Amino acid sequence: MPMMSSRLCLALLLALGVAAHAAAKDFLPVIVYDFGGKFDRSFNQSASEGAQKFKADTGVAYREFEITNAAQREQFMAQAAKRGATIIVAIGFTQASAVEKVARQFPEVKFTIVDAVVDLPNVQSINFREQESSFLCGMAAALASKTGKIGFVGGMDIPLIRKFALGYVEGAKYVNPQVEVFENMTGTTPAAWGDPTKGAELAKSQFGRGADVVFHAAGATGIGVMQAAADAGLLSIGCDSNQDYLHPGSVLTSALKRVDVAVDKAFTDARNGTWKPGQLVLGLAENGVDYSFDEHNRTVLTPAMKQRLDQARADIVSGKIKVSEYKP
Amino acid sequence: MSTPAKLPRWAELFLLPAINLLVALLLAGVVIKVMGESPWAALKLMTGGAFGSQESIGYTLYYATNFIFTGLAVAVAYHAGLFNIGAEGQAYIGGLGVGLVCLWLGAWPFWLVLPLAILAGALFGAGWAFIPAWLQARRGSHIVITTIMFNFIAAAVMTWLLVNVLIKPGQQSPESREFAPNAFMPALHELLAKVGITFTSTPLNLAFVLALAAAVLVWLLVWRTRWGYAMRVAGLNPAAAVYAGIHPPRVTIWAMLLSGALAGSLGLNELMGSQHRILLDFPGGAGFVGIAVALMGRNHPLGIFLAAVLFGALTQGGSQLSFDMPRVNRDMVVVIQGLVILSCGALENIFRRPLAALLARFAGRKDEV
Repeated sequence: MPMMSSRLCLALLLALGVAAHAAAKDFLPVIVYDFGGKFDRSFNQSASEGAQKFKADTGVAYREFEITNAAQREQFMAQAAKRGATIIVAIGFTQASAVEKVARQFPEVKFTIVDAVVDLPNVQSINFREQESSFLCGMAAALASKTGKIGFVGGMDIPLIRKFALGYVEGAKYVNPQVEVFENMTGTTPAAWGDPTKGAELAKSQFGRGADVVFHAAGATGIGVMQAAADAGLLSIGCDSNQDYLHPGSVLTSALKRVDVAVDKAFTDARNGTWKPGQLVLGLAENGVDYSFDEHNRTVLTPAMKQRLDQARADIVSGKIKVSEYKP
Repeated sequence: MSTPAKLPRWAELFLLPAINLLVALLLAGVVIKVMGESPWAALKLMTGGAFGSQESIGYTLYYATNFIFTGLAVAVAYHAGLFNIGAEGQAYIGGLGVGLVCLWLGAWPFWLVLPLAILAGALFGAGWAFIPAWLQARRGSHIVITTIMFNFIAAAVMTWLLVNVLIKPGQQSPESREFAPNAFMPALHELLAKVGITFTSTPLNLAFVLALAAAVLVWLLVWRTRWGYAMRVAGLNPAAAVYAGIHPPRVTIWAMLLSGALAGSLGLNELMGSQHRILLDFPGGAGFVGIAVALMGRNHPLGIFLAAVLFGALTQGGSQLSFDMPRVNRDMVVVIQGLVILSCGALENIFRRPLAALLARFAGRKDEV
């Protein structure tokens, strides 16, 4: 009898071991990008970098998809879930309704959505307080501007971009209440996120009106904005990814949105079994957003400016400075 | 200059498009080979992805539904001698009409909501087409230019409405709240389940049947009525039409209204049938694909249906391809679709003459014997 039970135990252990092994082997992370595509040098690319980091760290391969029309979001997610995806990370607020539908259909699959809230027991929603990093970038722009006029080029006039713009203007006014801010949106279709030519034109028109620093929140369109600033010998501010390296000496700083950290963390947590559903809001305090400072912008972001920014950063974290959030 | 080579009707309608398609696939195969993937495996994945299972057939026909509506829209205008590039914008605004009915009257029974939604989609789409049509008929403003511009105006209007007016409060995404379930277009798998046939759940819905009905109606209207005859005459030769007592400006306006109404029906499939809310950019380029569909389908409803299914298959098969072959990304799929359009539209005449000569030779031999 004791013999029997120990054998049974062994069998059980073995079975459990096999099951655990199978689970580890079958761990399949999936990432679905938004319209911009994974090479937008900005938002989606940052997500892609997070997934790559996860692969480099763990050796676990992931599947990725770039959508071309609205119906594909749901189709890809459902297909990935059917083929045994463990966790599906959806990048961008436009995926919210698709995540909601598919997450209901596949309650055993984990979903993480970036930039939107989906309230389901198997969905993790990660949002960023973009207004906080935009505030610091607005401060940097106002500090660096000699004309007292600065520019903002957004992609589309949607709530997310208004959030960036609001923080930027507040930050600039915090430094210089008389500062004049020119705001332009690139377009009204998703093409607005991938139109560097138009981005450059908008930046040039703002320079023509006297602006000497321009901040973009326009995905791949921003590449044109930054090119125009470099050509004119003026300053630009990057967005989402660290874009300081694009034009060293012309990029004042970048508003970092650590989508890469969010993606990497979602994958890693899911693999380690520490992934939790619910809402996560990442701001300066959580290192989810920040401004960049590295060897590429050391010459333009002076120590005096950096000191002001770091002070404001600490004040925002402690709650001394309140940055308003755009509410749709 | 000799006249364009004449082909027998069967060769014109089936053989020539088949050859064009084959050439496009061969070219695409070369591109895929260069990228380091097997063209044969890619072709199998694409056809399997488009027609291999109930799910893939459902998605193919679901995409095809959009293309039927926009293809018919372009074709109707074409018969009146008008090149309507504004199907995208008309579909966008038409969808607004469909969506508003579904949002406001969602509590009503479905059989009341459906006709009202169809009517609203058609009215909004036609209304959006009316302004360029009027400008063309009365002021001579070229419809190609005005309809392109109206696409951008439509996008601007819709973005503004979705961001500021229709947005569901408290969310980031510029989209309306979900329609009430009464206003959902029944999915085809639900309808088939009622008669005892099981079909996988796909977004394919009743709008597909409505698109087919629209194709039949267009055929009747264009080829079997006086009105359609007048339209075709005005399209082929406005001067002769005037001589025949037809008033071309009036034809322009009516043809564009019908064209806009057809494009506006896209919302029935996309919003009422699948997304169940109004969202940004839901036409997703179907208005432009409609141009290719109409050209390839020789502006005939049957041809449009076949071409729409082909483009539906390319969309669905293409997304399956990028799903299973990570190296073939979404831009590759666009390249393949572009090759099909290039070979079926632009390069059509390359094969016409040799084919006609070949067929004539065979026919000649038969005569000698």
